[in-house]
Amino acid sequence: MTTTSASTASAGVFDDITSSESSLRRFLHGLPGVDQVGAEARAASLGTRSIKTTAKAFAIDLAIRMVDLTTLEGQDTHGKVRALASKAMRPDPADPSCPAAAAVCVYPDMVATAKQTLGDSGVNVAAVATAFPSGRAALDIKLADTRDAVEAGADEIDMVIDRGAFLSGRYQQVYDEIVAVREACARPDGHSAHLKVIFETGELQTYDNVRRASWLAMMAGGHFIKTSTGKVQPAATLPVTMIMLEAVRDYREMTGQMIGVKPAGGIRTSKDAIKYLVMVNEVAGPDWLDPDWFRFGASTLLNDLLMQRTKMQTGRYSGPDYFTLD
Amino acid sequence: MVKVPDTSTPFFEYAPAPESRSIVDIKPSYGLFIDGEFVDGHGKSFKTISPSTEEVLAEVAEADEADVDLAVKAARRAYTRVWSRMPGSERAKYLFRIARLIQERGRELAVLESIDNGKPIKESRDVDIPTVAAHFFYYAGWADKLEHAGLGANPQAHGVAGQVIPWNFPLLMLAWKVAPALAAGNTVVLKPAETTPLTALLFAEICQQADLPPGVVNIVTGAGATGQAIVSHPDVDKVAFTGSTEVGKAIARAVAGTRKKVTLELGGKAANIVFDDAPVDQAVEGIVNGIFFNQGHVCCAGSRLLVQENVADEVMERLKRRMATLRVGDPLDKNTDVGAINSAEQLAKIRELSDIGEQEVAGAGERWSPACDLPSQGFWFPPTVFTGVTQAHRIAREEVFGPVLSVLTFRTPAEAVEKANNTPYGLSAGVWTDKGSRILWMANHLRAGVVWANTFNKFDPTSPFGGYKESGYGREGGLPGLAAYLKGADA
Amino acid sequence: MARIDVKKTYKLYIGGAFPRSESGRTYLVNDAKGALMANASQASRKDARDAVVAARKAFGGWSGRTAYNRGQVVYRIAEVLEGRRDQFVAELRASEGVSASKANTAVDAAIDRLVWYAGWADKITQVVGTANPVAGPYFNISSPEPTGVVAVVAPRGPLLGLVSVVAPIITTGNTCVVIASEPHPLTAITLGEVMATSDLPGGVVNVLTGSAAEVAPWLASHMDVNGLDLTGVEDPALATSLEEAAADNLKRVRRAPLVEVDWLATPGTDRMTDWLETKTVWHPIGI
Repeated sequence: MTTTSASTASAGVFDDITSSESSLRRFLHGLPGVDQVGAEARAASLGTRSIKTTAKAFAIDLAIRMVDLTTLEGQDTHGKVRALASKAMRPDPADPSCPAAAAVCVYPDMVATAKQTLGDSGVNVAAVATAFPSGRAALDIKLADTRDAVEAGADEIDMVIDRGAFLSGRYQQVYDEIVAVREACARPDGHSAHLKVIFETGELQTYDNVRRASWLAMMAGGHFIKTSTGKVQPAATLPVTMIMLEAVRDYREMTGQMIGVKPAGGIRTSKDAIKYLVMVNEVAGPDWLDPDWFRFGASTLLNDLLMQRTKMQTGRYSGPDYFTLD
Repeated sequence: MVKVPDTSTPFFEYAPAPESRSIVDIKPSYGLFIDGEFVDGHGKSFKTISPSTEEVLAEVAEADEADVDLAVKAARRAYTRVWSRMPGSERAKYLFRIARLIQERGRELAVLESIDNGKPIKESRDVDIPTVAAHFFYYAGWADKLEHAGLGANPQAHGVAGQVIPWNFPLLMLAWKVAPALAAGNTVVLKPAETTPLTALLFAEICQQADLPPGVVNIVTGAGATGQAIVSHPDVDKVAFTGSTEVGKAIARAVAGTRKKVTLELGGKAANIVFDDAPVDQAVEGIVNGIFFNQGHVCCAGSRLLVQENVADEVMERLKRRMATLRVGDPLDKNTDVGAINSAEQLAKIRELSDIGEQEVAGAGERWSPACDLPSQGFWFPPTVFTGVTQAHRIAREEVFGPVLSVLTFRTPAEAVEKANNTPYGLSAGVWTDKGSRILWMANHLRAGVVWANTFNKFDPTSPFGGYKESGYGREGGLPGLAAYLKGADA
Repeated sequence: MARIDVKKTYKLYIGGAFPRSESGRTYLVNDAKGALMANASQASRKDARDAVVAARKAFGGWSGRTAYNRGQVVYRIAEVLEGRRDQFVAELRASEGVSASKANTAVDAAIDRLVWYAGWADKITQVVGTANPVAGPYFNISSPEPTGVVAVVAPRGPLLGLVSVVAPIITTGNTCVVIASEPHPLTAITLGEVMATSDLPGGVVNVLTGSAAEVAPWLASHMDVNGLDLTGVEDPALATSLEEAAADNLKRVRRAPLVEVDWLATPGTDRMTDWLETKTVWHPIGI
């Protein structure tokens, strides 16, 4: 029997549920099932919405503001991260009216570099911690990884859950880890880095699992739930994101608290991004149409958004030569 | 930080996204398609209008008995001289050709269908027209394989088929009728509905483009009297009708004492049954799709929601929230979910039954619609749900044929089955539960021709469709749909 | 002094019992030579009503039995009929005036027909059901189900004709109300005795004797009857009016044959499929 920290956001509401492995299991397995075919059909039908003119311009700027501009490579260097951070602040150097991205997302060892470049621009630094992407490390190492990133100035921590534990039904262990990482996000000044909980939905495989993972993470105090690391295929998909949007919608119904959603990996075009925004609008509701509540984990998406933005302003199609590759 | 924002975010208002009308060319007037040619009828003409704007689209000839007689004679000639003598493999190629032409002209057909019928372009574009093409493809392949249909070594066509179709899926109902009839070797005289003749007339053009032999397909436009003339014509061997149960009964009486074969696809009052263990988000989608698809102008619409009492409040909450996102308006806007009611007459009927329903549920439930701005021109009715409905209410018994859902509750599977079957109709039913054995038990006990389990309103050319009891007899689609156009071993 | 025969009272067969007509009426049934055979019950519209109630009551249970079990019951009817073949031969000879060999042929054929249909019970679904390869991730299957309560005007052949119309109806899980051949009603009631002792649940087959012209219209217009078999209707005007009445609730109608039926010929499946509805079930396929 494990007691959970009273500092989690949901303290009290879910005490009975999270108090034991068996009650957690009962709750998660008691959530309504998801019919795969029906869910995918619904997601596809939302994808047929046709977004034109003013609505499209609104959507593109909003999408830019929601981008967590990401580089998570073994070959990342300080130079690369500085370039990316500059791009996040001024995505289109030729157009000062172009909004900034939401954050840059890097490995913990690059946090200081990113922070240095971004300064007080308002663009956040997100760090993937907890032995990203597999999460295969001891808890104290994951926590140390998290604390390092927070100390280096990370505003947001993107953690991975232990999929092995989840798939073998050790929900309490997953829950406790999230709680512990959330505690490790605390700063001495009393503030706390925001915690995004990555499920790696491509490994969870079923929508039922995605729904359960969503509730587990929300109850454990995650600020955001995030689809994928980007290292496993499939990464973010429309239906998987829809299941998560349904979860945050229902969670707010129950608790009054809003949780953010971040699809990551595989979203490369403006057309795709707009489909996600339509889905946010119609499934979770317009309250989520804000970078505080919805993010895109992406790298190449930003340039496509910029090209579309330019097309809408100039009336002609643009080309990749006119946008920076960073 | 984890809280609800107190400032409202800017609303994501979708700008209009209209499909272009320029792809269709509507002529000011249309004649009858008889013996491969468009000809003037003997009778008067009538106007077909766009239900979303009330704009007159075209003048269409009204076929009288003499016109129908000419059409039947043309069909008989084509049957005797050409179509019955042609090898099935050649008939098949004509049907494949028609299927391809439908695909090629798909956008044009979809736009025309939405203009004349009022249904949203996303439905005509993504459901109706692709399914039309699929029906022709499916039955094309049967034409030279009739000996494998289980009806003996050399099954024979009936001869001339007289077909009368409704306005809710104008071209799709034509395909359901024409494709199997031609594949089996019959020739046809078909009457589209009075309010939606245009895609059938465009189909006539497609028959010309396909070089289909004259007289194999004849299209006669008109109203009830024209349909009666077809049904009662002595040289019609087979009657196929889709429409109201009332007219279906009249047809059954009219053919009494003749040797005419009949299939009837009639009304319904389907129960859509939601258990407490249902995949609830998909169930809500299924409820919405079940009753608001095609403005509820669907004979198999899930117009009676039977929801298990212990989850009724939750399901209703989710349903209302979902209904609030439905976009009602211009059928040609790609973002429209619910289009126009097909005619003033139908609108009046929906209004009448809804007003009755409002009185019936007073005190026990409510009549509810999401806030939506309806256009000032045209025929419109908002998505509407009635709670507190009982089996005794007219709103629960009569087919509204509009976007109107009655909500009832049940406590046990046996009660759900009892209520679902407690109707003279028996066309379709829906079941939502995660328990496999219960799905099969329910499917066994529901007296309906189509049972959708954890889905709703799905159609496919390979899948037989048709009702029990007063929803009619015979099946369309699949092998039974082919058999309906062939003489059985007893003939 | 010769022993005095114990003569049989021929009554109706409704709900597994043998009641007299509620009307109290009977009519004279003569043998082929014009001698009195018996007083048959002359069924009334109320008897028809009671028979429909019995048939409806029996439908749920009978249609819910496994096809295997229904086949066994129909086969059991054949077995019991075989055991009483002499009685049927004698009855046919008397009522129709046919030769012993013709009567024997008819009884043999009737027994064999029951055996033939018994074997169909668990095969017709496989022959007319379909698995449908729809263009999407759905399991889709169509299978036949019994239509419900079928009203039958039986043809003249007192045994073989009757068995040939009734067996396919019940084999497929329907229940029925049969109006026996008016001039030859007695064999139908004797067959009722066979069915009553063959594990066939009461009400699955109900036999009325009397005037088809009087009783059939009540069955044709009855809103709780689902099918109407006009095989034995010889008057075209009556057939038309019955078919018209059947339209009131869209009964499935099997019209009277154009030419006389050769009951000795092996039938097709149409007498079964006429009383079957196709039910199509869809379910998504997903994880």
